[in-house]
Amino acid sequence: MSRVAAPVYLDHAATTPMRPEAVSAMLPFLTDNFGNPSGAHGMARAARGAIEDAREVVAAELGCDPAEIVFTGGGTEADNLAIAGAPEGRRLCSAVEHHAVLRPVEHGGGTTLSVDENGVVDLDALRGALRADDALVSVMLANNETGVVQPIDTIAEVVRSVAPGALVHTDAVAGFTWIDVASATAAADLVSVSAHKFGGPKGVGALVVRGETKLAPLLLGGGQERERRSGTHNVAGIVAMAAAAAAAGRDRAATVARVATLRDRLAEAVVGATPGVTVTAAEATRTAGTLHLQVAGVESESLVIVLDDLGVCASAGSACASGALETSHVLAAMGVGAGSGALRLSLGWTTSQADVAAAAVAIPKAIEVLRSRA
Amino acid sequence: MRVLAAMSGGVDSSVTAALLLDEGHDVVGATMKLWGGPSDQGCCSVADVDDARRVCQQLGIAHHVFNFSDDFDANVVAPYVEAHVHGRTPNPCIECNRHLKFDRFLRRAVQLGFDAIATGHHARITNDAGVWNLRRGRDAAKDQSYVLHMLDQAAMARTLLPVGAMTKADVRAIAEARGLRTAAKPDSQDTCFLPSDGGRATFLGDRIALRPARVVDTSGNAVGVVDAVELVTVGQRRGLGAGATANGGSPRYAVDVDTDAAVVTVGTLDDLLVDAQPVEAMTWTHAPADVGETMRVQTSAHGASEPADWTGNDIRWHARHRRIARGQSVVLYAADDDRVLGGGIAS
Repeated sequence: MSRVAAPVYLDHAATTPMRPEAVSAMLPFLTDNFGNPSGAHGMARAARGAIEDAREVVAAELGCDPAEIVFTGGGTEADNLAIAGAPEGRRLCSAVEHHAVLRPVEHGGGTTLSVDENGVVDLDALRGALRADDALVSVMLANNETGVVQPIDTIAEVVRSVAPGALVHTDAVAGFTWIDVASATAAADLVSVSAHKFGGPKGVGALVVRGETKLAPLLLGGGQERERRSGTHNVAGIVAMAAAAAAAGRDRAATVARVATLRDRLAEAVVGATPGVTVTAAEATRTAGTLHLQVAGVESESLVIVLDDLGVCASAGSACASGALETSHVLAAMGVGAGSGALRLSLGWTTSQADVAAAAVAIPKAIEVLRSRA
Repeated sequence: MRVLAAMSGGVDSSVTAALLLDEGHDVVGATMKLWGGPSDQGCCSVADVDDARRVCQQLGIAHHVFNFSDDFDANVVAPYVEAHVHGRTPNPCIECNRHLKFDRFLRRAVQLGFDAIATGHHARITNDAGVWNLRRGRDAAKDQSYVLHMLDQAAMARTLLPVGAMTKADVRAIAEARGLRTAAKPDSQDTCFLPSDGGRATFLGDRIALRPARVVDTSGNAVGVVDAVELVTVGQRRGLGAGATANGGSPRYAVDVDTDAAVVTVGTLDDLLVDAQPVEAMTWTHAPADVGETMRVQTSAHGASEPADWTGNDIRWHARHRRIARGQSVVLYAADDDRVLGGGIAS
């Protein structure tokens, strides 16, 4: 099979290219401005100033006070800090959470909440599962596999009414690019984001810790981030994250409108050209960039490999430690997907009409090739 | 050719991919993720996948991981456990070759447009006048033709075994010369899904109820007890308690294991010897042997072969031979002791 010149990148939910604003913002902190912000001299003060500027920008984008931002080493750390750091007591999370939430909740003996066929938390099930003394409830803003959006405000209301002492955490890692998270931040106590999902660098993220929320740190040491996250600041990463957040926030409405159109065009083209292909949670509210397909009679692993051969970068779900694809716990919780191959196409801020046109040819071709050799 | 190399993360499959590249093939590596259990050893640990991936990076070829753990559980692990309930002792590596490497992996390769697969087994496939033949590997001490006996004409037509033509020392020298990270990695020895601490007893004990058994001699006299009848194999000498050291000190062997009645019968070596060995589920590399054909028969992965005749449904030994534990593979070689005719399961 011949490979096209440059691959069509439809895996933005895995990671998206850095925004040029973010690259240029971070470069001085990798070269001349190398100071440690915890120091007591001019170089240190310059770095510290850059961090506090970044904190204000990120806070504005997330809809919180700058003092409520804790910079972390990424989304997984932010999620773990929220879940492990909450006061003693039972933790609950939805069954479709990212492993960065699911694993720490399970590790602590917590409970998972069932979801409906779209992967949305069942509010009656939530009411039934909650106890008055629960410590934390974590429900993601948008799902990383399907793009399905959860009603965080409503979920938070239910939690407050049944378990008034419980903290509400939302993993907004997959949501921030597409959704103004301010209303979720207003409803929640803890919000996680990750820079590389919205045009920043890998290895930096943030946890919003609202108001007087008590949170125990994961890392003990120099006491940075007001004792909530020790470790020398990733100055360049934090500065770049702020630049990316500002760019993503500024362009959000336009990007959502443009990308949703492209996504719908791609869905129509693939579903129209190929029998046995369905869009997962088609009727649910989904992020603009995500198109999750179930393809009858085809294995996900094979489909992703053949698409790679055809020059399309796509994904099929989450991978385990070895790099092997796992059966999706998200689809299993939704009760769908058995016997079909899952394909996640995720568009982003750089996705063009040409990308979608090429993918609209390659995807039906890949499915046809695999079915013909079955 | 487009070749998909099955890479376990060991030195043999690493060199397999390198040799095929040298021959000018378009090579991609793939590692099967077979076992999700707690075992950290064998063909499917994360560290082994990392080694395979790194070798592919060093060779400049693509690498994929195939998650076949559902098939592995259904076709290898579950039958292995079930067999022990019924007093059979299967060879799981053979079942993995039968159901995973030369079935699901091969089908996956064909589906992905590859012309052939390659593995790092020490055996040779030759084409003689239009017939594919499976033969012993060049390095007699490493020969793996026994565990590949289920290959048929269709599988052999699409399988390459480049290291089968060389010695293990040569393989390691090539890996060393190319700086492959697996060059000095020890050979895998154990069944990949059995835990390093506790092994088979722990693994089976977690999955089935192990029952104590009475140990009797061939006259039916009680001579002892064992903790788990499911773990006793015909031919076994150790671990039979007092039963094995009785009889004036001469060694006694398990000559029969009745799991239903929970009775192990012990006897002398002579009690263990039989004239014929029944086999079932025979597969043939090309065509069934002729009734009465004289051949060499091998009954364990690294044992020596012995002469026997094929009767059509059992092996008739030229010299009386130890009884083979039910479930073990019995592999038939031509009289030249090189070409594999086929194989089956001791019944």
